[in-house]
Amino acid sequence: MHMLKIDNLHARIEGKEILKGLSLEVKPGEVHAIMGPNGTGKSTLGNVLSGRDGYEVTEGSVTFDGRDLLALEPEERAAVGVFLAFQYPVEIPGVNNTYFLRAALNAQRKFRGEDELDSMRFLKLVREKLKIMQISDELLHRAVNEGFSGGEKKRNEIFQMAVLEPKLAILDETDSGLDIDALKQVAEGVNALRSPDRSFLVVTHYQRLLDYIEPDFVHVLAGGRIVESGDKTLALKLEAEGYAWLADTHPELRKADLAGAPA
Amino acid sequence: MTTAPSPFVRAALDAAATVPASGIAWLDTARRENLDAFADAGLPESRNEAWKYTPLRALAQRSFALADAGIAASAPVVPVVLPGVDGARVVFVDGVFRADLSSLDAGHGVELSSLAVALVAQPEPLRFALANRYRRGAADAFAHLNAALATDGVVLRVADDARMAKPLHIVHVSSGLQPDTAWHARVLVEVGKGAHAEVVEHFVSVGDGAQLGTVVADYAVREGATLGLVLLQDASAATTLVRRGHVRLDAKAGVTVHAVELGGALVRHELTAEVLGDGARFDTRGVFALSGRQHVDTQLEIHHRARDTSSDALWRGIADGRSRGVFRGAIVVAEGADGTDASLSNKNLLLSAQAEIDTKPELEIYADEVKAAHGATIGQLDERSLFYLRSRGIPLVQARSLLTLAFCRAALESLSNEALREHLGELLVAHLPTSVTE
Repeated sequence: MHMLKIDNLHARIEGKEILKGLSLEVKPGEVHAIMGPNGTGKSTLGNVLSGRDGYEVTEGSVTFDGRDLLALEPEERAAVGVFLAFQYPVEIPGVNNTYFLRAALNAQRKFRGEDELDSMRFLKLVREKLKIMQISDELLHRAVNEGFSGGEKKRNEIFQMAVLEPKLAILDETDSGLDIDALKQVAEGVNALRSPDRSFLVVTHYQRLLDYIEPDFVHVLAGGRIVESGDKTLALKLEAEGYAWLADTHPELRKADLAGAPA
Repeated sequence: MTTAPSPFVRAALDAAATVPASGIAWLDTARRENLDAFADAGLPESRNEAWKYTPLRALAQRSFALADAGIAASAPVVPVVLPGVDGARVVFVDGVFRADLSSLDAGHGVELSSLAVALVAQPEPLRFALANRYRRGAADAFAHLNAALATDGVVLRVADDARMAKPLHIVHVSSGLQPDTAWHARVLVEVGKGAHAEVVEHFVSVGDGAQLGTVVADYAVREGATLGLVLLQDASAATTLVRRGHVRLDAKAGVTVHAVELGGALVRHELTAEVLGDGARFDTRGVFALSGRQHVDTQLEIHHRARDTSSDALWRGIADGRSRGVFRGAIVVAEGADGTDASLSNKNLLLSAQAEIDTKPELEIYADEVKAAHGATIGQLDERSLFYLRSRGIPLVQARSLLTLAFCRAALESLSNEALREHLGELLVAHLPTSVTE
């Protein structure tokens, strides 16, 4: 049984088509890495799956746990188990991290018809998760991401994931801007959350994250579609050879699709 | 130019005729002169720059009799309490001092009385403040009106080096029993050298009778003294309120003002600080949260007139429905006020297409070696922040509410009275427009 089934997905933003027939299937417990040159739609995929405004799906479907995911509001997608770890987590001054997280968890529980956690039970849960993530509880008393270092922001994303316990976690270039130590910490957190019921879509530009989060499958996203799939050795090949060789097997790809758009 | 006086002016003249003479010659003269000045100039019109965004045409057509003292004295009013504000309390109902609801013991070194009592006991020390002549002209219409008609109010004197342990709670209650009446109150505060004072000026309504209230408040903060002032305006949606606050700071004095504007139909709040002594510091924080057809106009002026003074102003506004918010924040650094460090920030959120906010930061600098920064913005909630919250499962309405509240709360963060700060935050939540909390 598939957890996530993306079928022939076409999506555009501001009239520009970014995803052009993307298909992907993910089963429970699997880790899929999505790699590809810059500007080929990697971040768009995460944004479309989590329901960000401004992306228009023109064709295709996304089924999650048997539901039409695209019909749900962003908060409903979260409640049914989709989590996006942001490439650039947003700073929200004036909103306390703990308050935010409890509001989020309880909103999700309410949507699912579960009872809401009082502050005692919530705090107990948070303490357990903090241990896993090696995050100091000082972080909890601050405003959401405000004044956090790049590493703290990314760790906070994974910490939120640990508390919210999604079924599908989408990591959008979680490795960007991290030094190797921060990268290892984040990867350890992710690995601690791997389970037979939880799947991951790891979107990354570089193979180095995959040294620490070992994927079951590696896909190449280029020209708005998955053009190549394989196991983790595909990532190594991409690291060594780049993307240009894909033009041989996929003559429809333009040079620009493989070189990446200017940043 | 002579035109027929407006109904508003005629009613004020009628009201003045019912005010008994004080028996203090200089005071009666001052009242009469102020009344004449008010009658001559009438209410300011929109071509008056200071009133450009707050038209008074509709107000000029309304008549307010003086609130009846007998009704005010016996109006049933439940005690108005605020968390964290449990010291002395001075309560006015429709402008009438209510000894039965007040408690005047503010501790050692603190002299506290109603203005009427102080005038009977010892009028002379009040002469300077009460015989003050405002500029003649319509810009000061409400100050003239207040000077002519306010017969009661608060006198607070904190002796040199005395420290008020608890904040003084000044409560202006509109009883709701006397629609179309006006009340006027005067607040005179002096904080002696090296002393510390805390004051909460609180405006509330019982019921929703349409009343006009005016308050003129003078705060003199002497050398090395500190003052914490909180203004909470939670009047009914039918209230017209004009408050003028004037704060003078001597050398090394420090003043912090937190203002929260929630209610009222038409509210004008003028707050002027004169930083007169070297090394003095004036900080203001304020927020208004408007909906319906509310109109709230804040006029903040900070005059730096001495060396090495500083000021920091952070004001936030949100407007929903067809409401209108006006903010003018002026920093004036006088010649010779070198070493001034002044900053002013005003950020606003528009929550509806019919709401309007006019903001106007002004900077006038006549000194050298000055650090000054100012900025004003008007916008909507940040889409990225909204999506971030929603992506974690927080529904749109709740996400909007969270962000709006966080935006407003920035104005309360520096309030050290934690219980009061929490309470003000809760009041803000309760007043957030329905488009945010529904």
